[in-house]
Amino acid sequence: MSELVLEIQDLHARVDAKPILRGVDLVIRAGEVHAVMGPNGSGKSTLANVLAGREGYEVTRGSVRFRGKDLLALTPEERARAGVFLAFQYPVEIPGVGNSYFMKASLNAVRTSRGQPPLDAIDFLALVKEKAKQLEMDQAFLNRSVNEGFSGGEKKRNEILQMSLLEPTLAVLDETDSGLDIDALRVVANGVNRLRSPERSVLAITHYQRLLEYLVPDHTHVLIGGRIAKSGDRSLALELEKRGYAWVEAEAG
Amino acid sequence: MSTSAAEAAFRKALEAPRPAEPARVETLRAEARQAFLAQGLPTTRHEDWRFTPLAKLDKIELGSPELVVTLPKNLPAGCTIAPLPSDSERSSLGVCGDPKRRPFEALNMALFDRGWQISIAPGTKLEQPIELWFDPRHGASHVRVVVEAGAGSRAVIVERHAGSGHAALINAVTELCVRRDAELSHVLVQELPESSLGFLTVLARQDAGSRLALHSIALGAALARVEVEARLEGEDASAELDGLYLGRGTQHQDHHTTIDHAMPRTRSRELFKGILDGRAHGVFHGRIHVRPDAQKIDAAQTNRALLLADGAVVDSKPQLEIYADDVKCSHGASVGQLDSDALFYLRSRGLGEPEARALLTSAFASEVLEKLPASELRAHIEKDLLGWLGGAR
Repeated sequence: MSELVLEIQDLHARVDAKPILRGVDLVIRAGEVHAVMGPNGSGKSTLANVLAGREGYEVTRGSVRFRGKDLLALTPEERARAGVFLAFQYPVEIPGVGNSYFMKASLNAVRTSRGQPPLDAIDFLALVKEKAKQLEMDQAFLNRSVNEGFSGGEKKRNEILQMSLLEPTLAVLDETDSGLDIDALRVVANGVNRLRSPERSVLAITHYQRLLEYLVPDHTHVLIGGRIAKSGDRSLALELEKRGYAWVEAEAG
Repeated sequence: MSTSAAEAAFRKALEAPRPAEPARVETLRAEARQAFLAQGLPTTRHEDWRFTPLAKLDKIELGSPELVVTLPKNLPAGCTIAPLPSDSERSSLGVCGDPKRRPFEALNMALFDRGWQISIAPGTKLEQPIELWFDPRHGASHVRVVVEAGAGSRAVIVERHAGSGHAALINAVTELCVRRDAELSHVLVQELPESSLGFLTVLARQDAGSRLALHSIALGAALARVEVEARLEGEDASAELDGLYLGRGTQHQDHHTTIDHAMPRTRSRELFKGILDGRAHGVFHGRIHVRPDAQKIDAAQTNRALLLADGAVVDSKPQLEIYADDVKCSHGASVGQLDSDALFYLRSRGLGEPEARALLTSAFASEVLEKLPASELRAHIEKDLLGWLGGAR
């Protein structure tokens, strides 16, 4: 069996004193793609934000280990440097911060922490242009402020661009497919597929199964009421698409 | 020394005998002396000084002034610098301003012993900025600059106040006479030591079709008051004022602006941004005055402040006095903290918290810095800003 990348055990978390996650168990090994599906309010985004270390998401019980280490003890930047990447559901607009400047600072922060030399401006530019081209992104987006005035699809591409630069060990995609038309969905999914390797893992959180037509998961989980109610393979996603979530809820009691 | 002691010191300086000067100058000095004696130093009971107490005057030894001035070495063709006061017919000294309303302007006119008039010949377009550097080292220095920007000329003046670490006071008044269709950019850079005080006044009179851009960058001083008055006295004249003020520790940064729309179809824009840390105090008072019959006015004013610490304070006071009816006038003010979503976004990409905060803070400032006319100067100020951000915590 390949290396354990993520081990979530009995994870409970609350937001504004309201319990959202109520005992999540999930194990992801190197090279695997896991899809987490579930109805609105089931805790999907909370799970993503807890993994990334967002303020306001309070873990009340359980543990999360990333490559054997306590992930919850790390700051958001330490998680990023260790190889966890969250593709945001709503990427933040940051006026006044150049997209290219930001991505270079980010990549070099991660590289430095890994003992690699920082890239200079010329090498970085060559790299980012190549990655942007793969994502069919206009280079003009590199010179604009981070996400400012980007359309929904452009923001998501920009997330995947950052992911492809940082080459994380674990990529968490928080509804990356929402708001994308079918062409953009294909480009974004291909960007993620390009990153797939025996060393990398993906946790794709989604409301719809259409992303999974392009990004084929090894495992599918259904999150209901803050717990994984059912796990299966790719066919589970198709079944959910056809039958909805009510039968899983009924099965889970 | 309390402020009353400071006032006594100024009064004493006003009584000291002066060498004989040209009649016109002596008249200006006498009027200014009377104006100061009549009003004295302002207190916070004075509406224009409500948010700026002058208690920090007691930290400064006001006697034995020492001021190092660096003037531009090579003047381009069409540009001259002549010392003030002068009895020359062409001197524009005292053309702008009103000492009765501004005690430090009055003190300056009565007491300045160093000054220069920069004249730009009509039609001259200068490529390089003209830079003046004032380094007050001790005591209270009063210095005056008059800029005579001839019709159709174009120039950038950089007035820099930066010192080498002594507690001193500088009271500088700059008069800008912007003639018909001239384009003048004035950059006021205040990087005084954090033990010093700065009273920096810029008074502009603009003829028809002229354009003034005033950029104020205030980083230093224990207390600094930048006072700007732009009088739009010709049709189609426009004034654009912007500023960036930074404060940390117990620094006090005050900007007090007045735009006088005296003629129809004049336009003004103001954008001021403050970044305040520690227990710093920022003040922005923006007065827009539209005179009767000055129709088709277009004026907009914005002041935004970023507070990096709980103890930092900003007072923002727009003051619109509109006596014409066909005008477009807007103002807006906001005070806030760094956006926590943006902070998390940057950190989730591996940037450390201090680095992420510095990046967002300089992004807030960039809107003002982008307006600076000289790229070399902008790079210099950006570097100073990053240094400031590194030391702000």
